[in-house]
Amino acid sequence: MSTRSYTSAPRRTLGYLALVVFAVIYLGPFIIQIATSFKTDADAANHSLSLIPRPVSTNAWQRLFGYGSGEAVPFGRWLTNSIIVATCITLGRVFLDSLAGYALARLQFRGRRLIFAGVLATLAVPGVVLLIPRFLILKQLTLYNSYAGMILPIMVDAAGIFIMRQFFLQVPVELEEAARIDGAGIFKTYWTVVLPLVRPGLLTLTILSFQGSWNEFSFFLVATSDAKYNTLTTGLAKFSSGSLGSGTQYPVNMGAALLTTIPVAILFFLFQRQFSGSQLSGGVKG
Amino acid sequence: MSTSGDRTSPATLAESPLTTADVNVPTPPVRRGGPGIRGRQSAAGWLFVAPALAILLIFLVIPIGLAFYVSLTKWDGLSSPFGGGAKWVGIGNYKNLLTQDSLTRQNFSSSVRNNFYFVLIAVPSQTALSLFLAVLLNNKMLKGKGFFRTAFYFPSVTSSIAITLVFLFLFSGSGAVNTLLGYVGINGPNWLADSDGVFHNILGGFGIDSPPGWAKHEFMNLSWWDWLSGPSVAICVIIILVVWTTAGTFMLMFLAALQNIGEELDEASELDGASSWQRFRYVTVPMLRPTLYLVLTLGLIGTWQVFDQIYLTGNNPATTTPAFLSFSQSFNNQAFGVGAAIAFLLFGLIIVLSTIQRRLIGDRD
Repeated sequence: MSTRSYTSAPRRTLGYLALVVFAVIYLGPFIIQIATSFKTDADAANHSLSLIPRPVSTNAWQRLFGYGSGEAVPFGRWLTNSIIVATCITLGRVFLDSLAGYALARLQFRGRRLIFAGVLATLAVPGVVLLIPRFLILKQLTLYNSYAGMILPIMVDAAGIFIMRQFFLQVPVELEEAARIDGAGIFKTYWTVVLPLVRPGLLTLTILSFQGSWNEFSFFLVATSDAKYNTLTTGLAKFSSGSLGSGTQYPVNMGAALLTTIPVAILFFLFQRQFSGSQLSGGVKG
Repeated sequence: MSTSGDRTSPATLAESPLTTADVNVPTPPVRRGGPGIRGRQSAAGWLFVAPALAILLIFLVIPIGLAFYVSLTKWDGLSSPFGGGAKWVGIGNYKNLLTQDSLTRQNFSSSVRNNFYFVLIAVPSQTALSLFLAVLLNNKMLKGKGFFRTAFYFPSVTSSIAITLVFLFLFSGSGAVNTLLGYVGINGPNWLADSDGVFHNILGGFGIDSPPGWAKHEFMNLSWWDWLSGPSVAICVIIILVVWTTAGTFMLMFLAALQNIGEELDEASELDGASSWQRFRYVTVPMLRPTLYLVLTLGLIGTWQVFDQIYLTGNNPATTTPAFLSFSQSFNNQAFGVGAAIAFLLFGLIIVLSTIQRRLIGDRD
């Protein structure tokens, strides 16, 4: 490709330059965030771009864990709630979505097509339209301000059912038939034969469910009002928007935001393929 | 249950689950199941989907119906709306929002305007940026692309609340962005507190500070001058944030599509003497059409629903969106009927706009 060698050197330099510029734009905010969490309030406000805290202060971090000076931040409670809620939602989704996904992929029953169409239709409902409806139903069922109320409504998601159905469709049908011929019941076949074959699907669903429920904000906002149910997202949002009274305490805000990000970041670096693969399930081959 | 053929014990199956060759079942009697199997499958099928179906019905389908009922009432959110706690007003809430002069209607108009400019700028920007990053990463000559891909994609998976807090700090009055602007001699605005429209500011630069006569007329309780204000400086911060966070996801979609196109076509057109811009414009972009449609649709649906980021900017008329107004009318003003009506209007708007978009650029096959 002789035409290429003419242009390749300057163009490559240009390419790297663009990559580096965007890497700075993409990583810069996180680096500033980390640096700020080790600053004093005054230093953070006055030298916001500086990456070196002067003086280095761990006060923000101490406050997050219940020490240090200044108003205590109930970070431990937020963290505990996030862990409880995200874990329950994840377990529920993995179990119930895959059950439903299997039935929709493999079992013959009257109404299956209709149900599948219905599940797909719920995907089209914009999330923000659901805020008032969910508040209403939680009130009616007296589940408002309870863990059950935070978990149950989002313990099944249509997208998860759809993903699992796609994975089950790829399992060779002969395996199930063989197991049934041997007299295994439908649930036993599902549990011992089919489920182990869709481990990649279960892993994808686990990661997505955890990420989704860990980051969930608007639903928890309308499902609870009592501060003892605050998760990292609702607690942090209320804290920083001042209803708990501290709009400009940047180091604490940045530290808490960082801790909120870390669990998902770890998952992301371990399982990047599952994250990106799921984004591509919209029909394009990965 | 048909029992012909040699059996494979469950134990062997468990040991070698994937090798279909070992499970050598002669298949004649498997006629998609006899009546017995079908009956059992039918019961099991319903049993398997029942929990998921129940949750979707109880916490998604039925509540939408209840909320629609509430949108036809005046309800304060305290008593039960179905035991006489809500006063029936029919289409009153919708009518007030669309036709009656009031402060609520003015807020609704501003929120629609804010979100309109938000979508108008954010959707093309995030599409262009994600396509640009994807093309950059698809370049065979560059190395270390995995690192950059991860860096660009990472913000997409993080908490919207956490990342918005970082941006509010970066764009604060004496924040990092204004410090940077200061280095090049620009006195940055106090971003989030600045409710001036960008178009107004540009006109102001030409000495036009007040509306001409025709622009003083009102539409939906908002003067034409205010409708044409452009995005507020404050909401520009949210636009930048949303473009920055979502571009990574869309970049991956474009990247997958680009890798599917393959090199042959590109090289063939290169031999035909096409310049790299021509090749991109006339060969690559048409091939990306389905992905482009997907990205634009997801972008449109997502940006009309922006909520989390707006919540953190506080109850600010310069950044309010219909989604947030629906929330604040309900939960801060105890006007759940109005809030629900706004939510359904937004729902309708999203459906109408995505239908129009499908007509315009959707798959024509």
